[in-house]
Amino acid sequence: MPPIVTAGGLLAATRWVHLDWVLLVVAAWLLIAVVGVFALRRLTLVARVLFPVGGAGGLALLGIALSALQGSPEVAVLPIGLPQLPFHFRLDSLSAFFLMVIGGISVGVSAFAAGYFRKGEGTPPGLLAFEYHLFLASMVLVVLADDAYAFMVMWETMALSSFFLVTANHRIVEIQRAGYLYLLVAHIGAIGILLCFGVLQANSGDYTFANMRAQQLSPFWASLAFLLALFGFGAKAGILPLHVWLPEAHPAAPSPVSALMSGVMLKTAIYGVLRVLFDLLQTPIWWWGLLLLTVGLATALFGVVFAAVQVDMKRLLAYSSIENIGLLFSGIGLAVLFSAYGMQPMAALALTAVLYHVAGHAFFKSLLFVGTGAVLHATGERNLGKLGGLIRYMPWVAWLMLLGVLASAGLPPFAGFVSEWLLLQSFLFSPGLPSAFLNMLIPVVAALIALIAALAGYTMVKFFGVIFLGQPREERLARAHDASGWERLGMLWLAAGCLVLGLCPVQFIAVIDPVTQLLVGVGMGEAIAAGNWLLVPVAIERASYGPAIFLLGVAASFALAFLLVRLLYHGRLRRAAPWDCGYPWQNARMQDTAEGFGQPIRQIFEPFFRMQRELPSPFDAAPHYRVSVGDHFWHWLYLPLAALVERLARLIGLLQQGRIAVYLLYSFVTLMIVLAVVKQ
Amino acid sequence: MTGLGAFSQLLEIVMALLLAPLLGGWINQWRAWLQNRSAPGLLQPYRMLHKLFNKESVVAEHASPLFRGAPYIVFGCMALACAIIPTLSTDLPLSPAADAIALVGLFALARVFISLAAMDVGTSFGTLGARREMLIGFLAEPALLMVLFSASLISKSTSLTTIVETLAHRDLAIYPSLALAGVAFTMVSLAENARVPVDNPATHLELTMIHEALILEYSGRHLALLEWAACLKLFAYSCIGLALFFPWGIAEAEAPLALLLAMPVLILKLAIGGALLALLETLSAKMRIFRVPEFLATAFLLAVIGMLVNILLGG
Repeated sequence: MPPIVTAGGLLAATRWVHLDWVLLVVAAWLLIAVVGVFALRRLTLVARVLFPVGGAGGLALLGIALSALQGSPEVAVLPIGLPQLPFHFRLDSLSAFFLMVIGGISVGVSAFAAGYFRKGEGTPPGLLAFEYHLFLASMVLVVLADDAYAFMVMWETMALSSFFLVTANHRIVEIQRAGYLYLLVAHIGAIGILLCFGVLQANSGDYTFANMRAQQLSPFWASLAFLLALFGFGAKAGILPLHVWLPEAHPAAPSPVSALMSGVMLKTAIYGVLRVLFDLLQTPIWWWGLLLLTVGLATALFGVVFAAVQVDMKRLLAYSSIENIGLLFSGIGLAVLFSAYGMQPMAALALTAVLYHVAGHAFFKSLLFVGTGAVLHATGERNLGKLGGLIRYMPWVAWLMLLGVLASAGLPPFAGFVSEWLLLQSFLFSPGLPSAFLNMLIPVVAALIALIAALAGYTMVKFFGVIFLGQPREERLARAHDASGWERLGMLWLAAGCLVLGLCPVQFIAVIDPVTQLLVGVGMGEAIAAGNWLLVPVAIERASYGPAIFLLGVAASFALAFLLVRLLYHGRLRRAAPWDCGYPWQNARMQDTAEGFGQPIRQIFEPFFRMQRELPSPFDAAPHYRVSVGDHFWHWLYLPLAALVERLARLIGLLQQGRIAVYLLYSFVTLMIVLAVVKQ
Repeated sequence: MTGLGAFSQLLEIVMALLLAPLLGGWINQWRAWLQNRSAPGLLQPYRMLHKLFNKESVVAEHASPLFRGAPYIVFGCMALACAIIPTLSTDLPLSPAADAIALVGLFALARVFISLAAMDVGTSFGTLGARREMLIGFLAEPALLMVLFSASLISKSTSLTTIVETLAHRDLAIYPSLALAGVAFTMVSLAENARVPVDNPATHLELTMIHEALILEYSGRHLALLEWAACLKLFAYSCIGLALFFPWGIAEAEAPLALLLAMPVLILKLAIGGALLALLETLSAKMRIFRVPEFLATAFLLAVIGMLVNILLGG
């Protein structure tokens, strides 16, 4: 008698590996996307069911990825796509790490989005849910792809779905322009990536990553592949000078989308760089590291200086993302340098800093972006000059954002500091590189990183202080309402992520240890695990950092001071009007503005900006002061480039006469030439 | 953790808390003498703290909890800073929790909180002070880090206790990198502690005040805590300077006798250092606020050059 096979029995019989579960989550997200299309205008269904279920999918993905990090690589071949050209997928620890980031962030952002999207966004909510979940699914598949074909298809799906998300409010002209710019840069970058894969397959015609790993490229071709990858992925990540789309697209997108783009999508570019450099190319050359380091630092300094002078809160965060991407690239550069000279433990240290920052930045930047979304909905205002005092009307948002701000400013004991600390440690241990020139460079680089970190603190104080502290600069701000329940839940999740990453570096590094083992062959797991609550990268005499003890120390002194003052003296408090310095006509408009806060930076870093000032003369009846801060790269690079393209187009336009006879003549001439060529 | 370690840790914290206002009083006394004034008593800072603690605290009507919490956080940060800097002994159980980089981060944390608190009430002076404080901070912080890195490169460690032990046991030779770092450190500590060429702790002049603008809205116990924290900061900076450039006399592990001796040595060093600081302040003139970035950029570059020299000469 043949055995009776039931569906349940089949499920139990086939052993499901991590990759299957990940693909199941992807399928679930795609299903949600389809449901969204059929429920275009049913806001309640989309907000209360689709987004929370999508968030649950993210939670599942986080769990699977955490378990897959420790596992061995798994592969799958799906017969979708073109005939004879199936999709190859592979889940190794590098993919698992980025899946973890995607999962972890999407939980918080989806929960927030459940309370955020409402009618009147320009795109119906169901369509937004479709694009949003397609975006998530394509990012997962980008990270899983194991051949160039699948990678490029998913990469383009990611770019397109995010383009439609950016232009959710497609009736506004600026948003159309921002979306167009984004799409343009994304595609120019995609060409770079495509060519890079073309070089990597080394004329074998086999575009699977397994084949690329097996190819031995000469230094010339390897360098070419590296440069193409740097260009292609750099365009997506926003490194100098390909950053111009970032400060336009991020403010244009709805806030949960900005959070996903900044927190997760930029990281897929980091994933691409790591995959190509350490997995597909394998033998790095030292000057690659130097180039990455230089480009990364220039990007970081540029980003933070521009962030400090912004007056639009989402643009400020976008520039801060550019800064963080720069730091990530310089960390990767350092890892390449060490790896090229065979100093694998140091490379592992630098890579750990990079991975840590990927996770940390994902959490705090997503938190800050969704927070600006809550502020935007409550006040309808993105301009810092018209905000202020919101901590009294939106305490939830303000206090959760404070966590994100502290993490973003790189302050101990929060998330941003750990990666900064690891990065500085790897710089300090670097004297010992065989090249004297590189050794000389290290202190300068360390100084720049310290300066960038300190400037990030300046920017974040401005960001938080101007939005949430002080007095409301407009009267209607007093009617601002706090975030809704779902929004709070999402922000709480992201803030909790920031806290955990800040306080438990030892545990987290143990989790991501397989990734550095995969990439450079050495992990830091054993050295780190010995520390318990102390993060000890090499030896305790050299360096150690214990954020939990650190926090405990500050908290204990706080509590002791609080209690002792009340015990020995008293706790009396009186509320009164603020002291007016003898000038009773002060009002909220006399507070320092965002422009004022950025003014010292504008002065010190003047060559960075393209500034146009309009100063009033003393005799103006209606004096006007106007200052605009622009980006040199537009005028040095993009506008000339655009002008060149236009001129070429006009030359080609000469052909277009609009008369049939002329076109027939063209056909005739072409025919004659072809005949002449063929005849020979 | 040894019993002696725990004891020296406790001793350090208590001594810092008690001695910090005295250092402020000592410097004020010297300043008065050098300026041909009659000096207030040495214990004046304690009297002031006692007076402020006794007074009720007046808080602006719309001030948020951040405003009331910030003094405690700043105080906590400074107390922790004093606990992890080796002043008496290098056998400190708390020290591994924060190395030189985390110490700079700790000062930055305090700075961010006091600046945010100053912006909270929303008067013009508070925000002005916050902006100036952050301006000084973003230049002084990397400079301080570079100074500490110069010492780290010599000792191959960022752990403060290891740095002090290495520096104390080195041969008595002049390290060019340390000399440059010393100059940079002096400039940074003048700026960070609101001393004369950068800020004047004795006046409330709108055009130039920084520290006083930050704490303008505070009164009673909050002000007392902030003033005490400022004393602690000065104490911490002095101790960093002594630990980096004059590390001799700090006790090491398992040396109870040395610990006994370390206290008078430290007090002597602080007394000399305080007097020198007062002299430096009296001899220099307050500079315009626009010149401060230049001053600090000089310190930053000096510190970076110090590091370069260190690598060039091989430590």
